[in-house]
Formats: sequence, structure tokens, C-alpha cells
Amino acid sequence: MLDRVATTESRAGVALTVNGRTVEVPASPAARLSKVLRDDLGLTGTKVGCDAGDCGACSVLVDGEAVCSCLVAAGQVEGRQITTVEGLPAGHPVAARLQEAFLRHGAAQCGICTPGMLVAAVALLSRNERPSETEVLDAIGGVLCRCTGYRKIIAAILDVANEAQPEVLPEGGGAIGARIRRLDGLKKVRGADIFGADEAPADALVLKAVRSPYHRAAFTFGDIDAFLARHPGIVRVITAKDVPGENCYGVIPPFADQPVFAEKETRFRGEAVAAIVGEAAAMAALDLSDFPVSWQELPANTTIDAALADGAPLVHANRPGNILVGGRVVRGDVDAALATADVVVEGEFETGFVEHAYIEPEAGFARRVGDRIEVQACTQAPYMDRDDVARVLGIAPEAVRIIPTAVGGGFGSKLDLSVQPFIAIAAWLLDRPVRMTYTRPESIMTTTKRHPARIRARAGATRDGRLVGFDFFGDFNTGAYSSWGPTVANRVPVHASGPYYVPHYRALTRAVHTHLVPAGAFRGFGVPQASIAQEQLYDELADRIGMDRLEFRLRNALRADQPTVTGQVLGEGVGIRACFEALVPHWQRARAEAAAFNAGSQGHLRRGVGVAGMWYGCGNTSLPNPSTIRVGLKRDGRIALHQGAVDIGQGSNTVITQICADALGAPIARFDLVSADTDLTPDAGKTSASRQTFVTGKAAELAGRELRAAILRLANAGEGATVTFADGAVVVRDGGHERTIALADLPTDEHGYVLTGEATFDPPTSPLDADGQGIPYAVYGFGAHMAEVVVDTELGTVKVLKITAAHDVGRAINPTLVEGQIEGGAAQGLGLALMEEFFPGKGENLHDYLIPSAGDMPPVESILVEDASPVGPFGAKGIGEQALIPTAPAILNAIHDATGVRIRRVPATPDRVRAALLAATSARG
Amino acid sequence: MYLRPRSLDEALDALATTGAQILAGGTDVFPALGDRPQTRPFLDITALPELRGIGLEPDHVRIGATTTWTEIARADLPSGFDALRAAAREVGSLQIQNRGTIAGNLCNASPAADGVPPLLALEAEVELTSRTGRRRLPLREFISGYRRTERREDEIVTAVFVPRAMTDARSAFLKLGARRYLVISIVMVAAMLRTDEAGRIDAARVAVGSCSAVAQRLPALEAALVGRPAAPGIGSAVTAAHLAPLSPIDDVRATGAYRADAAQTLVARALEACVHERAKEAA
Repeated sequence: MLDRVATTESRAGVALTVNGRTVEVPASPAARLSKVLRDDLGLTGTKVGCDAGDCGACSVLVDGEAVCSCLVAAGQVEGRQITTVEGLPAGHPVAARLQEAFLRHGAAQCGICTPGMLVAAVALLSRNERPSETEVLDAIGGVLCRCTGYRKIIAAILDVANEAQPEVLPEGGGAIGARIRRLDGLKKVRGADIFGADEAPADALVLKAVRSPYHRAAFTFGDIDAFLARHPGIVRVITAKDVPGENCYGVIPPFADQPVFAEKETRFRGEAVAAIVGEAAAMAALDLSDFPVSWQELPANTTIDAALADGAPLVHANRPGNILVGGRVVRGDVDAALATADVVVEGEFETGFVEHAYIEPEAGFARRVGDRIEVQACTQAPYMDRDDVARVLGIAPEAVRIIPTAVGGGFGSKLDLSVQPFIAIAAWLLDRPVRMTYTRPESIMTTTKRHPARIRARAGATRDGRLVGFDFFGDFNTGAYSSWGPTVANRVPVHASGPYYVPHYRALTRAVHTHLVPAGAFRGFGVPQASIAQEQLYDELADRIGMDRLEFRLRNALRADQPTVTGQVLGEGVGIRACFEALVPHWQRARAEAAAFNAGSQGHLRRGVGVAGMWYGCGNTSLPNPSTIRVGLKRDGRIALHQGAVDIGQGSNTVITQICADALGAPIARFDLVSADTDLTPDAGKTSASRQTFVTGKAAELAGRELRAAILRLANAGEGATVTFADGAVVVRDGGHERTIALADLPTDEHGYVLTGEATFDPPTSPLDADGQGIPYAVYGFGAHMAEVVVDTELGTVKVLKITAAHDVGRAINPTLVEGQIEGGAAQGLGLALMEEFFPGKGENLHDYLIPSAGDMPPVESILVEDASPVGPFGAKGIGEQALIPTAPAILNAIHDATGVRIRRVPATPDRVRAALLAATSARG
Repeated sequence: MYLRPRSLDEALDALATTGAQILAGGTDVFPALGDRPQTRPFLDITALPELRGIGLEPDHVRIGATTTWTEIARADLPSGFDALRAAAREVGSLQIQNRGTIAGNLCNASPAADGVPPLLALEAEVELTSRTGRRRLPLREFISGYRRTERREDEIVTAVFVPRAMTDARSAFLKLGARRYLVISIVMVAAMLRTDEAGRIDAARVAVGSCSAVAQRLPALEAALVGRPAAPGIGSAVTAAHLAPLSPIDDVRATGAYRADAAQTLVARALEACVHERAKEAA
């Protein structure tokens, strides 16, 4: 018997046929194929998003069929034809056309899902070159995307049969408003972009964190020396006492409170107490449950109520009542106004934790270079990372180099540190490169979330439909550490009025600590939660008055000459009325269609239409947030753009170049991008607060103009001269004069350029006073969404049929990218409205935590309104967060329109909608 | 350690002597493993030809254990299998359907296993093979509890047998989840209706998943349906009392109360769908 067992091929090594080549790989046949492809064959175009078949990022073809390579043992596919994204064009004629279509349609944003999408689509297109939309959805339904909202991906796949003309990039002066393809797109559709987990030195050690299994726990370590002795290849265990600098970091330095390693007790489930560092093989064989630590679970505040209760344990001893901060904006006399208003409505609203669910888990590596440390990782905020890494290492910020990788989605959470302090400390102490890649559960368990909110609000209006007052109180569950809690608490009161003129106003907020995962920045900083309350209440006001809901909003839309709730008069660039007006014909069409459907329907399906407005200030709230851009003319006549605004998929690499190109008057094709790196690019701030197009874009405009001025000075030419860029020369024509400046012989400056333009822009704001009055932002983006839904009243399920989104973006620098932001924001808004809620301790994966799939996203019709900002570059405003805010309230208002029930607790899951319908029926009955 | 036998005998010997973990589609094994090291050897049974494919015999249909959901979805099968084929298309995603196997779905014994309600309705039997012999268990006995089966450590599930008695009946499968694609069901229902020459139901089977530790048939409803005309409106025959075998719980996907309520709706709709299919054919 035993010798028969021996014939069952238990051996080391596996022979794989990948992209047409058969290779012997010294890997275990039991290893996941994804791991073998990436680690042993270097085919890092295959991404790992969840290691559980929940996201499809690791899709490869096996004999032409798409499979998740994380669910296949390498030994199972010996002798089969394996095709990865790198091999698609060679093996499948349609693939090159598909990649081209992806670029043309802007179907790749961050690019982390792109390889999986391409693989899934090629599996379909190889059988069926002209698929229907349903067939496309079925084919890509297993690949999650968090950036695009899927529609541009679907459009690209459906458009693959059309042979495209090669792209002609605009000449100098024609870049603004052009739908150019993203400049970093080609490497994304080839699977060649380097994300956090895609690169590390061959000898890098691997680090894993030991994390608390309880919301709150005391802990003691056992015999760590014995643990090390038992595990050869494990190099070191690092705990709080090993932190060379301060064991404390945080995105807002005055509130910094988060330790790299907990010292006495852990404050949330998943908080790290130790890091284990070892050789890759030893770490792969390590079961973390072997680590000698004992836990003692302690009473925890797991709700806002528990944290606010008398005698609740303090999460931080120096924050009485578990209040991190409060926010306040007061204008007029809201109590008096509501007491005399013709109509007053009120309600309580609640939202849960929302997970960013980017498809790229946090990853990177660090290495010590002499007395400096280099950290290469996915991040939204390189200079903030630099300062906090310096703090925990106890070294100068200049001794830290942060090299952001491509970022596979951020949406706010990658503003905060994740892997960086662990790998930096380990590499610093061990003087060896150290890498870390979060698992999906680790990413969901420990990184920041959208703040759960509990909101009480009242709104009042006159009988003829004028808003007279709005009174808002919101508690925001900020979790165990401060993160961006103060920002949420301060941003919400400024925005809670919505984009309307509200003469009497009071908005108070608190950020409340609990023993739960820290809540931080997530696309909108609390404003989407506030908008869910405010826009539903305004709908109720309109209904009570008997006024059309869109008409009510039009009547109250903020005008450029009216003060905001902080007393700011914007003067120009207030496009909210234009956004609502743009929706009017769509509103009339959709309302008529829904009414006709409902009149003809005897059954359980009811259609409805909802609308919601939005405004959102671009940049930090009343705080400095400068960006600096450097652009240099090289001796070869090319232009180096030091563009430090991290591109997390939103397109800053492309948009900032477009702005700089037109300011300078140079063609896009002349530019060489130097992307974010704290040693190479000046500080362009964080990719957050919808500030990059506006703030960094303005710096790019100024830098471009400065370089142009320098060229004109060199040529002794006037402002009206034209500049032409040639190989090794610039040609300046001024009136009848033409001067050719040969660049090769000119001296270079400290940056290595013949001429350099460098400019800093910091938006003009003013501090807010005790009542929140002042100028919090120089620029606001405005918008309005209309959602059409159908509700299955027997099951409580909601299907969104279409979203029509009008946004005042000031100036659309690149309309394709703007639409991409709108569609992606709408998808996240749809998730917030209908399906997304994270319960700490439950469902730390992407099959319990649901984000919309391709089958959930309706068509999105984007309407771009351009009411130029006097401050932004070429009039541009932000769009990243603006796009998400009105979607959820528009959907909730549509649910009400369809069914008559108000969903005040999101997400509006089928059980909640059905319960509300049953309650309404029994109340009527 | 990784064993890839080429014959069933070899596989059974290896299983008996090594205590290996059986690996087929990997769609449950790898997610359960997470980032922990694999401590038991894998016994990969996907190279065993006798475990693959679908055979239509006069008195039964045999579905090999490692037949994938894609193969089932694409198979030419009688109408009684429509529910199973519809379920196959709802398992995870295409990527999962291309790897996941019918026996893996049963052995994982999740309350939300998509394949279980249609196979319960088909009164499928599970064939287990060990070095000491073969046995067959009705599926309802094979899955003995929450993520628990009657498979012994030395046994491999080698096939699923479906008796032909009802395979020409109308069948339908409905899955309710909070999103399209890649979703674990809140409730799912498989229904089968067979009619006599007069168009009256002479046999009915209804099974509901995700509403109890193990998916359940609804015998009282099945009995109540017999003798009724298979015509639109049949769904109104379903009452809350018929759902007594279910014991839905609250979880992250839905409340138990909602599950009970939605199950009744879904059962009614699945019955209507069976009738609708029949009506379409008559037309």
C-alpha cells in the first residue's frame, strides 16, 4: 500500500506553462498559483486583493477560462495553459484592442483591478467578440472595482470591436478640456504598474503583526526568546520598548495619539502589540497563534451610547467623557426661526462604519540607507508619512525618504500610516530591507473607516418654500484613535446646511471615542452622512408644503451673492442652481416614467425618483495646505514635471500635467513626469479633501507660467511672445523677431535644469471664530444627483436604474477623468445607501462586507457644469468627494418616492426596507 | 506536502494513510486557510477522471464529484435540473464556477451552499468511497448539521446520484442577496413541480436554504400543493405555517424575521416560475 502512495507525486517544484512558456519553478505544488506567479515568476501583474476568491483581482486564464489564481494550487495546473495579464496580447488577438479600449474609455483608474478585468473580459471575448451587456456583466461580475463604478469598463468591453485611431495629443495650449488618456495608463493596462506589494529587494525580510483579538484587552508576553529559539529563520520580535523614537503618531500632530505598538492595553480589535520579522520562508511557515502572548479581555465601549454613559471607561485618560473634539457653526437664531416657521420637520438618522475596500491591501518595504530610511509603500500622503516615520524613528524628517508606489485605491484611508511604521522600525533596527503586506482581514480590521454617525436634525421653511432654519446635531463614532476625527467634527458643521441659503443655522458635532477601529477620512469627511439627514429632511419640507422637491431646492439654492452658513459670500463660481436646472428635464422625464410604470403596475414593483444636492469645500478647513510644483526645462528640450500629488487613480498625474502644459504653452508630449517621491518632488500635500486639481493644479499653473516667464526673459521677449519647444532648443517668436535658444550649451541650475519654474499655492482662507464664522475654503464644488429606482416591495430590495449627476466642476480639465470620478463616487454612494456596513469583529472580508459589483451599477449620465472658480487653475474645482455625497440621499429620496417609506438608518438593506414597509402598512391598517 | 493521485485507489490509499486534506476546486479550502501555513498535506483529487463529468442513465443521473459548476451550467440536462443549473450560475462568480465542484459545495456544508436546495429537491444521493467500500446516503442525511457531514475521514465523495423520478418536472431556483454577483444568499429557494395529464400537480418539492443550519424541504407545503392545478396564482398556496421547518437567524446579511418573510415570498415566486415555464411551453 505504502509504495502506491509514493506514486502520488509528493515532490518539491512544479512545472508550469505560463504565457506560452513552460518553466520549472522551485515552489511547492501546494502553493497558491497567485503566489507562485508573483513571487517565483515575477509576474506581478496578477494582483492579490483578498486571497479568498471574493475580488477577482488575481484572475488568470487556465485553458482559456478565468479562474482566481489565489484558489488554485500550483500543482493542479501543471500541463495547462496559464495566461496572465502580461501574456494576454501575445495569446489573444482581442487583448491588445481591449487594452486600447480601456485607455480610450478611461476604464482603468487606479489600475489594481485592471488585470483581472482584462483577463475576465478576454475569456468572454475569445468566445464571443460581440457580447451583449448582460454577457459582459456576467463575465466581469466576479471582479470588484472600487474606483470606476464599472460603467467605463463595460463601455470599453462593448466597444472592443471598433478599431480606434491612435491618440493625437494636443499641441501647446490645447490640453485643458481635452479628453487625453491618462498618462500612466499604458502600464496599468499592461499590468506593469508597481503597487505596494509588487516590489521588494530579493533579500527582504517579511514582517507580520501580532494583533489584539479583543476590542479592548490587557496583555502580557510570554517567553519571546524561547519563541525565537523554536523558530529558526525568525530574526526578531519587536514591541513597544523597541521603538527608537516616540511610540506615537497621528495625521493631525496636535491630536497624535496612536502607538505603533500598544503598551499596556489595546484599544481596538486588531491593534498591534508586536511585530515578528523573519526570512520569507520562515514567515510563510509561521502560525501567528504560536506567538507567546496572553490576553485579558477588558470592558469596552462598543457603541456611542456606551462611550457617553456615566462611568464609561475612558479610551484616553486625557479626554474626559470620551469626547475627542466638538464642532460648531452657528448663524442667526435657529430656535426663534424654527418656532415661527410655517413648517418644521425633524428626524433622527444613523449610519454605520463604512470600509474603503480598495482592492489593494496596504503594502510596502523599507530599507535603511546609512543614516536614512527609505519607505516604498502605497500612500496618499508622502510628506505626512515622512514626518510621522521620522517621529517614531527619532530622526529628522529629511532623513526619511518616502517613495509612493502606484496606489490601488485610497479614498482617504491611505492618508493614515499602516505598514510604514512597522517596516521602518524593523529595517532601521535590523539594517536589512523589510516588507509587509496586509492580509485582507488585517486591512479591514485595522485601517480607518467612515465614521458612524447619529444625527438629530430639524428644518423649517415658509409656506412659499423658503428655508428659514436648520438645526443639526451629530455624534460621530471616531473609534479608538484621533485620526481625522477632528476634521470630520469640524467639516460637518460647515456643510450640514447643504448648498442652500439658510439664514438661521446651528450645527453641533462631537467626535466620540470608542474601543473600535479608528474612523478617519473617507471621501467626504462626514459630509455624506450629514447629507443623508439634511437632504431627506428637505424632501419632507417640500412634501409638507406641497411643492415639487426639485423646485424647492431650486428656490433655496445658494446664490453667489448670498452668505453661506459661515458668513462667506463667494461672489462667483456658485454653480448649484445651474446643476439643479440641468436636472429639470431629466426630472420631468423620470417622474413621468415612474408615474406611468406605477399606474400600470398591479404588482410588487414600485418605481421612484429622488434628487439631492451637494456642496463641498476644496482643501483643508481654514488651515494652510500648500502645494508646491517644480517644472524644469532640460537640455534636450524636454520638460520635467515634478508632480508630487500622489495619483491614487483619480488622475493627478494627467490633470496636473495638462494644467502645467497649458500654463507653459508646451505640448503634453514634451513632458517627462517625475512622480511623488519626497527626495525628488516638492511637497504637493496629501491627496485628500478634493484638493489636488485645485491646489496642486494651481501651483502647477503658477509654476508653468513662471517657467514661461523665465524663457521669455532669456529670450528678451515680451509677454505676448509665442514659445515653441523643439529637441534641444526653444524657439521664441515676438512680433517679427524669432530667436532660437539652443539648450545643450546652457548652464544648469541646482535642479539640473536650464530653467526651472517652481511655485507654491495655498488657498486663501481665514480662521473660523467661536461661532464657526469665517472663510473655511476658497473654493466649493457643487452638484446634484437624481436617482431612479425600482423597489420590490415584497422583498425590500432596491435596484437603481439610473443616476443622473450634474456637477459644477468650474472647468473640466479632462472630462473623461471627471466622469470617472463621478461614476466611481456614485458607485460608492450607492454602496453607502444600499449595502455597505462594517461590524467590527464580524465579516472582516469582502464576502460579508459587500461593495457594489458590476451588476449593481446603473448607467450614470454625467452633466458637467462649468461655473469657473476665480481661484482655481483655469477655473477648476475639485470633484473627488463631491461625486459621492449626493448619491445616497438621492437614492433614499427615490425609495421614499417609490414606496412612501423613509429609511433613516443606512444602509437600506432589504431587511430594513421591508421592515419599514411592513411598519407603514400596519400603521395605515 | 501535496499529493496528486492519478487513480481513485491511489487517492483512497493516500487518504487512509496520510490524513490529508482533500483539495478539489479550492474555493473553500484556500479561503479557510487564510495566511496560515498548510499543516496537513493536500490530496488533490482533480486528476481522477472517474470523478468528473455527468452521465445520464435510465434510472438516475450521475454527476461526478469534481464536476464544476460551469460544467453543470452548460450541461444538457432535463428540466428537473433547471434549478440546479440556475444555482450553478449563481455560485460566487464565473471564476468560482470554473473551479468549484459539486461535491465540494456539499462537503463544505454551509447553510448558504447554493447547490444544496436544488439537490435536496432532486432527492440526490451522495456516494462515498473508501478503501473498504462504497455507500450512498441521501443528501439530507449526508449534511448532518451546520458545516458538518457524515463523511468519514477515510472517505472521498465520489459522485452525486439523482434518481430520474422527477427529472422531467419543472424546476426553478431563486437566490436573494444584497447585491448582484459574488454574494452569499440571504434566502434561496429551489422548487420542482410535476403535473399529470390534466395539468394538476402530482408531485411537488420545495427546499429553502440560508434559513436554517441545513437547508430544509417544506413537506407540508409539498403535500398541500399536490392536486392543485399548476396555474398562475399557485404561489398563494404558500402560508407562513408551511415554513415551520425553517429556523432563520439574525446575521450581518439580514434579520431572522426578514428571512422568514422573504422565504415565503421567494417560495411563492419559485412556484410561479415553475408554472410559468410550463405555461410558456404549452404556448
